[in-house]
Amino acid sequence: MKKYDAIVVGAGHNGLVTACYLAKSGLDVLVVEKHDYIGGAAVSLELYDGWKYSNCSYVCSLFRPEISRDLELYKYGLQVIPYGGGGVLMENGDHLAALSDHDAARQEIARHSKKDSEAYDRYSANLMRQCKFIKPLLMRTAPDPTSFKPRDLQELLYLGKRFHGLSEPEMYEMARFWTMSVVEFLDEYFESDVMKAWIAGTGIIGTALGPCSPGTAYVLLHHYMGEVDGNIGAWGFARGGMGSITKALADCLKDKGGEIRAGSGVENILVKNGRAVGVALENGDEFYSDTIISGMDVKRTFLKTMETKHLPDDFVRQVKRFKIRGSSGKLNIALDGLPEFPQLPEGSQVTRGDFHFTDSVERMERAYDDWKRGTWSKDPYLDVLIPTQIDPTMAPEGKHYMTVFVQYAPYDLADGEVWDDKNREAFAESTISLISKYSPNFRDLILHKEVRTPLDIEEKAGLTEGNIFQGELTFDQLLFNRPVPGYAQYRSPVKGLYMCGSSTHPGGGVMGAPGANAAREILRDMGAGRQTGRQAA
Amino acid sequence: MSMKDNYDAVIIGGGHNGLVCASYLAKAGRKVLVLEANDQLGGAAPGCAHIINQLNGAVANDLELTKHGLKYTDTNLATIALGEGGEHLKIEGTRVSALNGAALSEEDRVSFNKMMRSLHKFSNLLGPVWGKKPPRLKNQDLEDKITLGKLGLSIRMLGKRDMQDFLRIALMNAADLVEDAVENKLLQGAIAVDSVWGTHLAPRSPGTVLSLFYRLSGAINGRQGALALPAGGMGAVVDALVAAAASNGVDIRTGAAVEQILVENDRACGVQLAGGEIITANLVISNADPKRTFLNLLGARHLDAGFVRRISKTRTNGNTARLTLKLNSLPEFTGLARSDLKNRLLIAPDILYLEEAFNQAKYGEFSNQPAMEIVFPEGAEPTLSALVQYAPYHLKGGWTDEARTAFLEKALDQLDRYAPGIRDHIRESELLTPADIEARYHITGGHWHHVEMQIDQMLMMRPVHGSAQYQTPMPGLYLCGAGAHPGGSVTGAPGMNAAKRILAMEA
Amino acid sequence: MTAMQPKPFDSRKLGMRQTPFYPRQMDWTITNDWLLWAGYTSPGSLDVVEQEYFAIRNSATVFDITPMCKYRVSGPEAELFLNRLVTRDIRKMRDNRVSYVIWCDDEGHMLDDGTVFKYSNTEYRLCCQERQYDWLTDNAIGLNVEIQDVTDDIAALAFQGPTTCRILKNLGLAGVEEMKPFDIREFPFGKGTLSVSRTGFTGDLGYELWIDPEQALDLWDTLFEAGRHYDIRPIGSHALDLARMEAGLLQPNVDFQSAEFTLRHSRRRSPFEIGMEWQVDFTKGHFNGRRALLKEKQQGTSKYCLVGLDIEGNKPAHAALIYHRQKKEIGRITSAMWSPTLKTNIALAELKRPFGIDQKEDIWVEIYVDKEMKWERVMARARIVSTPFFAPARKNQTPPADY
Repeated sequence: MKKYDAIVVGAGHNGLVTACYLAKSGLDVLVVEKHDYIGGAAVSLELYDGWKYSNCSYVCSLFRPEISRDLELYKYGLQVIPYGGGGVLMENGDHLAALSDHDAARQEIARHSKKDSEAYDRYSANLMRQCKFIKPLLMRTAPDPTSFKPRDLQELLYLGKRFHGLSEPEMYEMARFWTMSVVEFLDEYFESDVMKAWIAGTGIIGTALGPCSPGTAYVLLHHYMGEVDGNIGAWGFARGGMGSITKALADCLKDKGGEIRAGSGVENILVKNGRAVGVALENGDEFYSDTIISGMDVKRTFLKTMETKHLPDDFVRQVKRFKIRGSSGKLNIALDGLPEFPQLPEGSQVTRGDFHFTDSVERMERAYDDWKRGTWSKDPYLDVLIPTQIDPTMAPEGKHYMTVFVQYAPYDLADGEVWDDKNREAFAESTISLISKYSPNFRDLILHKEVRTPLDIEEKAGLTEGNIFQGELTFDQLLFNRPVPGYAQYRSPVKGLYMCGSSTHPGGGVMGAPGANAAREILRDMGAGRQTGRQAA
Repeated sequence: MSMKDNYDAVIIGGGHNGLVCASYLAKAGRKVLVLEANDQLGGAAPGCAHIINQLNGAVANDLELTKHGLKYTDTNLATIALGEGGEHLKIEGTRVSALNGAALSEEDRVSFNKMMRSLHKFSNLLGPVWGKKPPRLKNQDLEDKITLGKLGLSIRMLGKRDMQDFLRIALMNAADLVEDAVENKLLQGAIAVDSVWGTHLAPRSPGTVLSLFYRLSGAINGRQGALALPAGGMGAVVDALVAAAASNGVDIRTGAAVEQILVENDRACGVQLAGGEIITANLVISNADPKRTFLNLLGARHLDAGFVRRISKTRTNGNTARLTLKLNSLPEFTGLARSDLKNRLLIAPDILYLEEAFNQAKYGEFSNQPAMEIVFPEGAEPTLSALVQYAPYHLKGGWTDEARTAFLEKALDQLDRYAPGIRDHIRESELLTPADIEARYHITGGHWHHVEMQIDQMLMMRPVHGSAQYQTPMPGLYLCGAGAHPGGSVTGAPGMNAAKRILAMEA
Repeated sequence: MTAMQPKPFDSRKLGMRQTPFYPRQMDWTITNDWLLWAGYTSPGSLDVVEQEYFAIRNSATVFDITPMCKYRVSGPEAELFLNRLVTRDIRKMRDNRVSYVIWCDDEGHMLDDGTVFKYSNTEYRLCCQERQYDWLTDNAIGLNVEIQDVTDDIAALAFQGPTTCRILKNLGLAGVEEMKPFDIREFPFGKGTLSVSRTGFTGDLGYELWIDPEQALDLWDTLFEAGRHYDIRPIGSHALDLARMEAGLLQPNVDFQSAEFTLRHSRRRSPFEIGMEWQVDFTKGHFNGRRALLKEKQQGTSKYCLVGLDIEGNKPAHAALIYHRQKKEIGRITSAMWSPTLKTNIALAELKRPFGIDQKEDIWVEIYVDKEMKWERVMARARIVSTPFFAPARKNQTPPADY
């Protein structure tokens, strides 16, 4: 049987990015995918007759422009359209609209607090300083502080130098920022609850932490690091849904001579004499290569897709200990028309962007308390978008598609409950009734809905516990600790077996950075002459 | 108004750190006056703490506290985690055992031992950092470089495995750490609760492992993380510190409340007392909390606005109440012998219990089911002393008499679960909420540690950057209290570090 | 020939607010050149910029400064508050006087500049171009003072040019000619009061007029009536910018960056680095940044200086780099123009010390000139000159001559 130069397990965006870079360097690459469609958690599927939808991830900003450029993804149809608008609908009938024009935004915030409207500039400047520091680190391999290898020392020195380039007060502000809760951070700028709630939401998305938990300020930053055409922090839709990112990557890969086999997942990563030698698929096929790269999360890769006897005990223990927690669910809803929100003034842009109903930090934190108790939030934090307003290709004329990201929802329910149809329906109802409170005609417009609990996300997208980041973004799981100390450079204890998923540095989001970084490391191991992109050795 | 002799230094507040600082300065030949607003010295130490576990060894030695009368009735208190129906766990150092047939697996026993050993090792590593001025991140002096270098070296010396572990868990939450290690819920609760005393954190909050490191960094008689009961209660510790100060020639005045720090030519030059009396000194050292020091005593007018902004935003609200019950006779705890009551008892049945207790505090309510740490200090009459958590300073509706009574009842309900009928033993009860601590000890927010102990308010960021090495932006004014590095608890370290810093700066 | 009609334009649709004077400016404009100033619609120009500029130096011009941020500072510790905020000693101010001020952050870096209007020890107004409410309220922590944003409560016009005093007299403001520079006076106007200060941003004779927004259009109309024979005209900010450069006045976020919003700390500047040493009074007691500035002065750690340049040729040196001996890069131009009055090519420039302090010779400016779609690089010799570049005697003359 044919032997490939490299086999990538999982056709998610990171797997495809790795595959593309390898193929671009002239390697013979095979990508195997369990589903008969590709894309992992960045897919567009048919939700309902005529409805295309992004069934997991739903907006795009974090995808690194360096990758789009290296792989010329525009050629393969990728187009990201920035969107404006958004905001918070408040319980008292008021709202806070997110406006892109600086002065208009200031005036809008000033309706809630004059001080906040001006503190927002100070806040933005500080956040930009943090972004500026962290962004170059995304496309670099995290150095191992316990290592004495020249390369690690060099990287540590690079980090040290960057840090040393800050002024002393900036250093302290940065150290504080990295460790604070998003609410504590925001308290230093804002006084109005709705303003804090509006921003704090970004600090909890996808994590099993509440807005008052230390470390969430970093999660806020993680979401801010994206950009659309140089507009830092801006978000956009991928035309045709998130699947168009992975579709463009797949087309790029095929163009460069790579191969994709969808429809049968990897049952076993084959290891011989401590070396990865190939993969065995569920349908019985086997493919061979000296380089196997897993885009799956670490738990799935090492605990479910290979025999742990090939791994050191300690490594297995650490993988088991890696926190991949389900904290969010999703509703995908096909709508007969555009829901009305009577409390918004006519022409309001709030529902054109992503909008929320959580108008206080306390409500958000209470939603988290429910998660800690092992139930879904009774008053959840929702991130709602109706992308068909901007990308009409996603639904039949006059119809709409709404995506609702719901936080919090635990993977394991307490009190012996399981995610059965009854609970799934009750979970959906808590969301639908919340939206209905603000939109009287919403319920009647629902033609079809798909409910995705963390369990569904695990089963369908293959993400352990349904965690969208393939691992919590807490400090103990970032940089050189991600996913396992000593194995944070995309390599595993098994020679020839690599990781390229979001479980690795710099983490989740449809960013592509882990995939690109992994490709760089793999090519490095393969020897000279094959360099990808950013970080020349 | 009268002019007193010109002192080298006047110290605002006769809390334990103020006394320690005074002794060190006086030992170095400085003429020092300590001013205490209350009639009693010792500040909040006797009011808040009831166990000695972090008293800095250098402080005890340098000030010869033993010679000055500090004695312990017990230097190695065991901990009993109270379980329902008498099924308790007993923790002695790094070992745990089951009482009355409580379920405890062999794996948990071994794993607990292993975890505690590594916690002790890592805490020990940080020990030297607490006893030094916190190094700056830039523009370091030689001492800073040595502190950092030594820390870096000792982390390296851990070896690869331990170093990886240390770097991974240092900023982690205690719940994850504990749950990864042991399965027994009661044991999990018992370890986790020690990571949250005196803080606005619950075990699931990242940063609680660091708080464990801090707690475990003390040693008594060379025993890492040991707990001790001073003979005669916490008051005896204060007495020893006062005796030490007196023997070093420190002047002490009680009932002397400082109203204002005086400034001349952009330098602190003395204080004005509540009655108008002015005391001049070359240096003013504040054992008061930073908010009080800067905003009330010194005044924003003498400070830059950015600094004032930072100080006013420090988190300083207390969450812990102290309960003292005078008893007719010692109560019966289910499954415990009378002799077991000389140990430390914990009410923290599991992590979720602590989280739920904390959840309420987040929204300005006290815990319906508070966590408690109980000791029975030796004394003339049977007394129960307990820390009760959480009791937020900003209670919705305020700490009225009704609220205080209601919270007391919640605490007694918990005690009654483990010591049925305890209410019948009570002769007198006193509950010190953070509001009371604020009123009684003049600590803004009634916080034990003056300033919340979380990483962004620790080390070179304590209480805020720009004032983290005991100096303040105001020349001649220094900090020596718990709001300075390393922080709260009866350690004496801020007082000692501050004195050393002052002697180096004002040589 | 019929004048071109301005195209219909509703700035409110862009989220821009309109000042009370907007309708009159709309009537005047033939360029329809609107800019955004702190959320308000503000004219870049209404007519040919050169004509507007010469009106400043020749007759009388009206510029709508309603968008300027105005804060009322009042209370028992208002004086203390302001004296801690700004670098100069405002305790020396008399009532009904105005003072130019600058203020810094803790590290002694420039935040903004503005003017303080003193009415009494407990009543002040602070005017500045950038919003400062956040900073001011944080400065009020621990002080007995109240900060109120009164920007929307006061309409204002900058009335500048040699004939302005004459026109105000025509308007019936008795005694206005006695006003010295930086004086404030109130005059009855209609049912209310017109507050006049002899201040401005042009370096010429001029006044600023402060009025209740209700009376704004009345003021405009009577002013233009009174000035009918004195070539009174409204102007936009482009012309004003030329005048302020000639006067050597700094523009925040052009000539220096406000420290609070710089992303790179190396872009922050101390007063010593932008020629504002005269504003810093170390003897007055504590103020924000004092300790840092004192250290900078004592240790001589200032890194930059801001100087005026007279550049050969007539091509404005916009955004140009500056070289020593045509080789070593030593700074950059912050503002530049061909001065129509001086017939000189002038600029404000930031130089790295010691250039501009000890080394003032052999300085060159690299100017790129577009000559009919061909860029030419010119190395022009520059001479350091003192500012203001232009300071007519009428600026300070009291009473001003009738032109």
